[in-house]
Amino acid sequence: MRWLWLIPVLPFLGAFLNGVVLRDRLGKKGVWMVACGSVLAALLVSVLAISGYLGSEQYSAHEPFEQSVYEWIPAGSMGLDDGSFADVSVEMGFLLDPLSCVMLFVVTFVGFWIHWFSVGYMDHEPGFQRYFTYLNLFMGMMLMLVLGNNYLVTFVGWEGVGLCSYLLIGFYFDEEFPPYAGRKAFIVNRVGDLAFLAGMFALVAHFGTLNYEKLFGTIEAEPALVQGDYVLGMTLATFVTLALFIGATGKSAQIPLHVWLPDAMAGPTPVSALIHAATMVTAGVYIVVRSNVLYQLAHGTSELVAIIGALTAIFAATIGLAQTDIKKVLAYSTVSQLGYMFLACGVGAYTAAIFHLMTHAFFKGLMFLGSGSVIHAMSGEQDMRKMGGLKEHLPWTYRTFVAGTLAIAGAPLLAGFFSKDQILAATWADHKLLWVVGLVTAGLTACYMFRLLFMTFHGPFRGSEEQHHHLHESPPSMTIPLIVLAVGAVFSGYVGIPKLGSIDINVFDHFVGQVVAHVGHGEHHASLGIELFLMALSVVVAFAGWWLARKYYGGDRGLAEGERWAAKFPTVHRWLFNKYYVDEAYDATAVRGTWACARGLFRFDSKFIDGVLVNGSRHLTVGISLLSGFFDKYFVDGLVNLVGVVSQSGSRFFRRLQTGLVSQYALVLLIGMAMLVWFYVVVGLRR
Amino acid sequence: MSTLLDVGTLHYLVLSALLFLIGTIGIVVRRNMITVLMSIELVLNSVNINLIAFSFSHGDLTGQIFAIFTIAVAAGEAAVGLGILIALFRLRQTTELDQARELSG
Amino acid sequence: MFDWIHNIPILSVVTYLPLVGALLILFMNKESGGSIRRFATLVAFVDFLISLPLWFEFERTGELFQFRESASWIPSIGVRYEFGIDGISLLLVLLTTLLGVISFLSSWSAIGEREKEYYIFMLLLQTGMLGVFMAMDFFLFYVFWEVMLVPMYFLIGIWGGPRKLYAAIKFFLYTLVGSVVMLLGVLALYFYNSSGLLGFEGLGNPRTFAILQFHEISALIPPSMQWWIFLAFFVGFAIKVPMFPFHTWLPDAHVEAPTAGSVILAGVLLKMGTYGFVRFSLPILPEGTRALLPWMVALSLIGIIYGALVAMAQKDMKKLVAYSSVSHLGFVMLGIFALNSAGLNGGILQMINHGLSTGALFLLVGVIYERRHTRMIADYGGLSSKMPLFATVFLIITMASIGLPTLNGFVGEFTILVGAFSRTWWWALVGAIGIVLGAAYMLWMFQRVFFGPLDNPDNEDLEDLNKRELLYLMPLVILCFWIGLYPKPFFAILEKPVDYIVRRVDADYAANVDVAAVTAPAEVSE
Repeated sequence: MRWLWLIPVLPFLGAFLNGVVLRDRLGKKGVWMVACGSVLAALLVSVLAISGYLGSEQYSAHEPFEQSVYEWIPAGSMGLDDGSFADVSVEMGFLLDPLSCVMLFVVTFVGFWIHWFSVGYMDHEPGFQRYFTYLNLFMGMMLMLVLGNNYLVTFVGWEGVGLCSYLLIGFYFDEEFPPYAGRKAFIVNRVGDLAFLAGMFALVAHFGTLNYEKLFGTIEAEPALVQGDYVLGMTLATFVTLALFIGATGKSAQIPLHVWLPDAMAGPTPVSALIHAATMVTAGVYIVVRSNVLYQLAHGTSELVAIIGALTAIFAATIGLAQTDIKKVLAYSTVSQLGYMFLACGVGAYTAAIFHLMTHAFFKGLMFLGSGSVIHAMSGEQDMRKMGGLKEHLPWTYRTFVAGTLAIAGAPLLAGFFSKDQILAATWADHKLLWVVGLVTAGLTACYMFRLLFMTFHGPFRGSEEQHHHLHESPPSMTIPLIVLAVGAVFSGYVGIPKLGSIDINVFDHFVGQVVAHVGHGEHHASLGIELFLMALSVVVAFAGWWLARKYYGGDRGLAEGERWAAKFPTVHRWLFNKYYVDEAYDATAVRGTWACARGLFRFDSKFIDGVLVNGSRHLTVGISLLSGFFDKYFVDGLVNLVGVVSQSGSRFFRRLQTGLVSQYALVLLIGMAMLVWFYVVVGLRR
Repeated sequence: MSTLLDVGTLHYLVLSALLFLIGTIGIVVRRNMITVLMSIELVLNSVNINLIAFSFSHGDLTGQIFAIFTIAVAAGEAAVGLGILIALFRLRQTTELDQARELSG
Repeated sequence: MFDWIHNIPILSVVTYLPLVGALLILFMNKESGGSIRRFATLVAFVDFLISLPLWFEFERTGELFQFRESASWIPSIGVRYEFGIDGISLLLVLLTTLLGVISFLSSWSAIGEREKEYYIFMLLLQTGMLGVFMAMDFFLFYVFWEVMLVPMYFLIGIWGGPRKLYAAIKFFLYTLVGSVVMLLGVLALYFYNSSGLLGFEGLGNPRTFAILQFHEISALIPPSMQWWIFLAFFVGFAIKVPMFPFHTWLPDAHVEAPTAGSVILAGVLLKMGTYGFVRFSLPILPEGTRALLPWMVALSLIGIIYGALVAMAQKDMKKLVAYSSVSHLGFVMLGIFALNSAGLNGGILQMINHGLSTGALFLLVGVIYERRHTRMIADYGGLSSKMPLFATVFLIITMASIGLPTLNGFVGEFTILVGAFSRTWWWALVGAIGIVLGAAYMLWMFQRVFFGPLDNPDNEDLEDLNKRELLYLMPLVILCFWIGLYPKPFFAILEKPVDYIVRRVDADYAANVDVAAVTAPAEVSE
């Protein structure tokens, strides 16, 4: 456990080695060995740390393990809301508790296998080293996020993963679209981060600290602290939770900030698996669960979280039905599944949310890697309409993909079945309408996932001859991670078998449940009979989804049935295919609005402030100086010139005396002298 | 003694006045610069005679000392004047004063 | 190890060394540009080395002002030669000497004509700037304040771009107007302190321009007079910062100035304004500060948003960075006028951060400008493939500038916003919008310059950073990471002066905060 700080540092070190120190000196082999090695080391240290923690006294006393590395930002003393002054200081510190244990394991484990997969997948791509540098950087940031012992360290990771996501989405930077998608992701995320910051500010201004343990300890001991009126008629808890949730909608692609995730598929496929399915996008769920004390005390926000989650789930699932790009379907599926997790958070089932987060990381990571394997085999083709019948050519990819599909669809006894069922059971107990939405979404999920499976792996091959010629199963370096994750997708649910009557073997719930406080709005539990009924119902719904998909896309019928189906509802299909035109709406309002604002202000700046005010005063000064110039020239200078004119005309007369003849001068001299003599002598004597 | 030999101060003064008049007329009338210079010498020397005559009649040596000063000044004047003359001649190939009237207004 | 600096007038040495260097360059042959630039850089480097021990020898918990130098200068009007630095000045002095070396290095290839005059002016500028940060006598301060204007005027006017004369004259007149109005404020203080002014009974103290004396009498100045003097100072400092709406000289000056001029302008000169607010307006005129606080904050917030939005609309990289400075300096002002420790700490740290990251951005723009002689964003695209190293450094600095955690900008912005939030919550939220917009315009520029296909044939032969360029960019990158990851030493230096200022403007703070508690922050326990 003492080496906890090493976990995020190891991948950073890998990135540093690959990106800076050994820039051009390593071959491909060296690069991937450093990259995978550092993540493997992080995984090992994590496992050691987790097992160390589980065996420690702190764990048995239900206390977290906290490690403060150094004082990071000693911001100085500041007046708090209650009028007292406190020394606000943020430390660089890490925290190991059941929640971060789960996250840590998921991130390092899935992360490692995706690194491994990338070695094969990226083999032919230029920028191999750059790719692994970014990927390692991402791992480090993600680990900061899940390990931070205060909001700010988490925020470091939060922003850091955003940066890496930006870099990796725009990995193919010499094309037009990926950099655009990366920037879009970063800026949409930043909008959320703005709210996240606001939440942190409120906490600092009120409590003078951002440390999880201190904050939650104080609040749990005295919930009234956060329930007084704060700003805009909200309580502090509502303000903070709302802010954090807006942050979460950005990072976890919930309505209304979900628009970046589908575009983010422009990055390499393992990146989509790691960042946009398994780890980064779940950060929003993590932060909500982490702050569950506050959410429990903010009933209104919790309700909003549940509603947004449910809405996002069904909204994205319907879009997923109509997409033809294999990665886009998976992306919308991710958005939808994240909606489930938020739904769970909203109804107070925090452990269920984390449970689903974990199982989802396995099966969605698996399916993204599977799609990567498919795209690899299809030489970069992503359109499912050009695929079909791949199961003969890619047997291992197919088998693992089936496992993933069954898991996400909620087939009994697979991972997704348990986790999704817990969420639905908790929702049933809390809010019937949202439960209906969740149930319908489950059906839709099964439908679009099997549609994807059928379109890709079944039926006749619809691609070009050349693609057909190229079809091959991926090398073992890519299939082994698939198999490992498939095992996870199938079996990871067994740690969280729901409590059925008196049989309570839900290890997961007890483990993660330790971080869930019990102050106010908590989780409701359904009775045994209802639980069993709900389970059965969701199986039926999932089966219905499968049946629909099979009816229109299954077998050897190709695309004709499905297209006919779509043609029956042209408007609906158009809206779904175009993702409800949300992108267009944002573009027309927010993006264009900002641009118009920017251009308008620039015109204002150059025309009014610089033109009218600054240069206006310049012109005014110039005008005044011209006027005074006239005055000066014709009046003041006139007087001066008068003197000149007088003396000039006088001298014009006198100059005639100067003849230049020396003898004349001498004569005048003589005459003058004679006159002087005459004056002094003759006149003087006469007197 | 013969009255002719009995030369008094007045004689000197008359001589001096005559010399001064000749010199002045020379300065005003003559065009040749050399002649003008010589006329200036005449004027200066007339003054010398005047000074010495008075010095003698007063029995005071101051006048004689002044005369020596004047001689020195005359020498300097001659040197500068001749220098200007040579310069002028080099420039114009003439010593006629009327040719040099750049100062004409 | 650096004891010797206590035995010499170290501040004067640091200040006048560049001046001496400039005088020596006068005697050098103007044909031998190589040796002139090497000598000038050497002088700047030695100056930096001499200023470095200040960091180590400055006692964090000692007297407020250290390394004091004092001598009589013009006794008849009470002007003294007073030098001294506190934590704030120390950081700015070090920033100045560091950016000095860097800008000299960057000029080697950028300046091709009239090198002798160029380096003389640069060295003179250096002396002027250092003097401003060290002067503790208002008269002396004013002298240095004006001294630094002249070389900058010539730097823009001689070595600038196509509209250099317009820009140089605009810069000069604008700043001159500001400083003259500021001088009026100074004189008002001067006369009020001694013999009285405009019907106000004077305090009858001996005539002096000593800044600390003005700090002393701050409580005695009547509010209405504080108001007017604050306004006079405001004109002088706000133009320098520059605050909205006095900012339009900045884009012109930046765009036309040579690279090194832009670096110094953005890195150091803009800090003079904020430094003025921190050193004079706040501690001398607490009443005036409080009275005009809403206006100051409003202008800061407008500056943040407005600067960012206008930056988005720019097509010229330098102009974009210039407008981003307006936005960033808005943050600094917001922090300063939060009037609490967190805000001031953040504001002052952000001054340094802005100097580092914006200085580096101008250097980077200069690097490609030297290669391609255009600053238009549209002329570039896809440079990542030709200049990977350059792209990496540019990315790091971009991230520092838009406040990514682990880099310096974030630490400053976070601290500022925390301070602002605790004063009035929505200030921080409005300010934080600037962060989003900052990401938008910087990344948009980054994307258009570095990403996408390399479609302009003129960019085919671009060379990556050479060793010299790497040499002067590396210190900035390292500092960005240092401040981002471990800013504690910087906060430690600022603690005492910031406490001093907050104590003067916030009576509540002065009454409630125990000095001991502030000067000894809780140690971090393992």
